[in-house]
Amino acid sequence: VIFVSVGSMFPFDRLIEGVDVWAAKNPSVSVVAQIGNGTYEPKYASWSRMLAQGEYQEKLSACDLFVAHVGMGSILQALEARKPMILLPRLALLREVTTDHQLHTSDRFRARDGIEIVDDVPALQAAIDLAQTSPHRAPADGISSFAPDAVIQAVATFLNTGRQPGDLA
Amino acid sequence: LALASGGGHWVQLMRLRPAFDGFEVAYVSMYDSYSEQVSGSRFHVIRDASRFERSSFLSVFVDAILILARERPTVIVTTGSAPMLIFVLLGRLFGRRTLWIDSVANSERLSSSGRVAKKIAHCCVSQWPDVARREGVICWGSVL
Repeated sequence: VIFVSVGSMFPFDRLIEGVDVWAAKNPSVSVVAQIGNGTYEPKYASWSRMLAQGEYQEKLSACDLFVAHVGMGSILQALEARKPMILLPRLALLREVTTDHQLHTSDRFRARDGIEIVDDVPALQAAIDLAQTSPHRAPADGISSFAPDAVIQAVATFLNTGRQPGDLA
Repeated sequence: LALASGGGHWVQLMRLRPAFDGFEVAYVSMYDSYSEQVSGSRFHVIRDASRFERSSFLSVFVDAILILARERPTVIVTTGSAPMLIFVLLGRLFGRRTLWIDSVANSERLSSSGRVAKKIAHCCVSQWPDVARREGVICWGSVL
């Protein structure tokens, strides 16, 4: 099962249509998509506009491959669930987002194990193809459900005392 | 009072929850279904106001007044985004302790909201050391 998400805010038709075209050619693979308020409605993938948080977690933990935009919510939750992911950045040029921060995030996460960043739809489809033929693709390095202790401690110190811990990183 | 917009902002706030131990926490976000994750705490939903729809900031302003009056928080903490600035501003005016944690998605510069928060919150942190250095704020590490 492939689970696809464009996050919770803006439409990302380029991603959804690209995945749907792939789904048309691969009817044996189940593809489930959260499409937000996009205008393209998939014909081959099953889809919903917006899953409740609990349903989202269920779909994520049931999938073999996660495909999404380069959003931190998508990335963090997929790392927590230890799912391999293929991510396509939204572009400000195409009005898919207001700033190009997803390109910056892409640069920061490109090298991380289990995360593949693709630059366009053909590369996305090729990457999904490849993931089908090499099912032993290394899963992402998991992360725990909470931020590292040092960060938690610094936030707790400020909240409790108003004292600002200095730079830690 | 812990606030975050929907999606990644909320996921980051959830990852910081152990820092709220010892506080009575009320949460504010954009989607009803998030309340399941914080059952046991009060949860308020406000309308989303992105930069694509500036007019809805007025409704956030009204929501913020009502929620702050009801919760009377001692501390306000948020991982963004822009609408939460209104809570930070009002909280600061009422003398509440305020913390802005800029999203980890802002890995090259502070968000435009973060730049405002730097001026109005008691404390503003970036999750990236090099961004913090360039922007004159501090960094305690990231939620990852």
